Amino acid sequence: MLNWLRWLPENASTYGADVDGVIAIIWYTTLVWFFLTFGTLGAFLVLYRRRPGRAAAHVRGERLREAAWILVPVAVVLVLDLWLDFRGAPVWAKVKIERPPAELTVQVTGRQFNWEVVYPGADGRFGTADDKPFIDELHVPVNRPVRVVLKSRDVIHSFFLPNFRLKQDAVPGRDIEGWFQATKPGKYELPCAMLCGFGHSGMKAYLYVHPEAEYDAWAAEQRS
Amino acid sequence: MITASLVHAPSHADTGFWSTYVFSTDHKTIGKQYLGLGVLWTVVGGLLAGGMRWQLAWPDTALPVVGEIGPEVFNMMVTMHGTIMVFFVAMPILLGAFGNFLIPLMIGARDMIFPRLNMLSVWTFTVASVVMLSSFFVPGGAASAGWTGYPPLSARPEYTGVHWGLNLWILGLALEFASFLMGGVNYLTTAIALRAPGMTFFRMPLVVWQQLVASTLFLLSVGPLIAGAVMLLLDRTLGTAFYASDLGGDPLLWQHLFWFFGHPEVYVVLLPALGFVLEVLPVFSRKPIFGYRWIIWATLVAGALSFIVWAHHMFISGMDPRLAMPFSVTTILISVPFAYIVFAMIATLWRGSISFDVPMLWALGFLTMFIVGGLTGIFNGSAPADIYINNTYFVVAHFHYTLFSAVVFGGFAGLYFWFPKMFGRMLGRPLGHLHFWLTLVFFNVTFFPQHHLGLAGMVRRVANPLQYDALVPLQWLNVLSTWGAFGLLAAQAALVANVVWSVRAGARAPGNPWDANTLEWSAASPPPHLNWGPSAPMVYRGPYDYSVPGARADWHSQDAGPGRTSALGARS
Repeated sequence: MLNWLRWLPENASTYGADVDGVIAIIWYTTLVWFFLTFGTLGAFLVLYRRRPGRAAAHVRGERLREAAWILVPVAVVLVLDLWLDFRGAPVWAKVKIERPPAELTVQVTGRQFNWEVVYPGADGRFGTADDKPFIDELHVPVNRPVRVVLKSRDVIHSFFLPNFRLKQDAVPGRDIEGWFQATKPGKYELPCAMLCGFGHSGMKAYLYVHPEAEYDAWAAEQRS
Repeated sequence: MITASLVHAPSHADTGFWSTYVFSTDHKTIGKQYLGLGVLWTVVGGLLAGGMRWQLAWPDTALPVVGEIGPEVFNMMVTMHGTIMVFFVAMPILLGAFGNFLIPLMIGARDMIFPRLNMLSVWTFTVASVVMLSSFFVPGGAASAGWTGYPPLSARPEYTGVHWGLNLWILGLALEFASFLMGGVNYLTTAIALRAPGMTFFRMPLVVWQQLVASTLFLLSVGPLIAGAVMLLLDRTLGTAFYASDLGGDPLLWQHLFWFFGHPEVYVVLLPALGFVLEVLPVFSRKPIFGYRWIIWATLVAGALSFIVWAHHMFISGMDPRLAMPFSVTTILISVPFAYIVFAMIATLWRGSISFDVPMLWALGFLTMFIVGGLTGIFNGSAPADIYINNTYFVVAHFHYTLFSAVVFGGFAGLYFWFPKMFGRMLGRPLGHLHFWLTLVFFNVTFFPQHHLGLAGMVRRVANPLQYDALVPLQWLNVLSTWGAFGLLAAQAALVANVVWSVRAGARAPGNPWDANTLEWSAASPPPHLNWGPSAPMVYRGPYDYSVPGARADWHSQDAGPGRTSALGARS
């Protein structure tokens, strides 16, 4: 209960550890501030509780020399803020901007209340006769970058892979690209994270991550 | 400066039941009308939350009396709970009630500068309330597209099955905005034009500053949202396509307009509550607030920054990902002025003489819970962390630690502090303590586990957590949170009992029960129409002259002249 980092689900993507790393440095930074502020506050409440014969001090805190007691911690907050964003920026870029070249591209379209998954087939292009559609299941090989093209047919949905630390809204009228690379074979939940109507609750797919050989066999089976 | 006493000569004093209690132009009556409406809405919003928590703990089982909730009704509850708590509880109570009651009294004015506009404001809010309430009873039910009303879900009736409910939702909100625009114009003009002689801007109590900055933020931010709401209504009723991508519109346009308003709106709610706490802390530590002017500047900086952070609600919305880091920087920077204010609150306690009266407990409750909410905000504000946290229960926990602490802890700090002035009676201390401790404990039981649920991947606005494999073993946390929510609702009985007892048998409040400095305490409790007798107060000093060395008393009323410094000072 006390260490929040333990509550994150098992990580199964290449960049998941980076995202967790950002969450961890924020957790430890804010934890220190939590104890500092609560400790100071608690100490003041005990030390300066009303007692007979003792008057309060008249401190206005207006002059710079007094205000410095606060301005210095505030400056530390500012530096830490900038440091957190400085540490976070490369992770954001890694997940959302610098997409590596991918061998496999899958088109995932949200609709009320399913994920439509389409593989391009042998010709590698979408919108052709050999496209291979699935509903609510997505199969990918482990250790290979996968490109996802997100679309929506109706309202906004959100593609969420908790175990992969990936979330991206699917917006009607836009093709939004995302990517991930799985590190562990397994079956993972893929809920919709955006309120999308009465079926929002329970709108989910499963992502199956296969070992290389198993994936190739599965892909061959789909082609036949 | 206009002399207040000349603007509203006592000659037009209201007479009769209707003009005194119903169609009143008296700012104090209007404040109480806002308070009454806000409290009624609190009951509705609270019961909706109770229904939601029931469904989340024991999905698809029959709620006693009401019956089974199910996903459609659940979405409606989620939507209306959020809408009501922000627009029909937080704003009417924190701004409408306290802003109206306090601003004229605290700046030494006899009323608002536009009393009729003020009356129009509360009656517009009443109409807005009727419209919003009626949306529950139209076929198809009330709005269910989330309090943020994202299109296309909100833009076409077939996506939610809600037709008139959502149109009335837009209409009710538009009327509510109109009401608070009238209020905000009144607050600003009154504070600029009607300050008592000697009441310079930098002698105004901080709560007045906070109300003015909040009103300014609202005035500056609501325009784009009103434009957005008109477009949404046109999309729904006339078939336009501002948000329909298949006809050339863009759903993200709404998100930009909504959050350009939405983030300043958070501070519209937060700042007045911050103001209450800033008033309560010096009185019960018998010390000046630490760094009065610095706090004003910090508030202004936070207000200005709030206009350039909106896209942090949209990191993963599909907007250009290169925009995320700049907005992440501005967002995290906004913690700087708020860190200043929080540290100043703590520093005010340093070497004080702290008494734990009921308003002080609520103020400290606000401070501690707001620190937790502020710290969890750093997680949300970081774009990479937000990839995971966005739209999970972690966000729900975060904004309840910030907004619930503002509206409930801050609001109760204000209510217990100014209740004697408003109603002329003291509230009971033991019941006040009980109310505070029960609320504090059950608040944390309700919302603390939601951090963990969010970190474990529970997404927002799901009606049945048991549909997710990862959440089944964590269902006990949802049950715990629900018991907390029921406890939280039940704990409010202590307040009801206290108010009933106070009105029937409570001690009559003296003019200044807390030995406080600001001008409202120089009027009778409750203040008469036009607030003071023939002579309105003159102001000689700032609002926080507590424990001045060498003085006989540890407080100096703002209207105590140089010769009368100690005349009022005998402490009871």
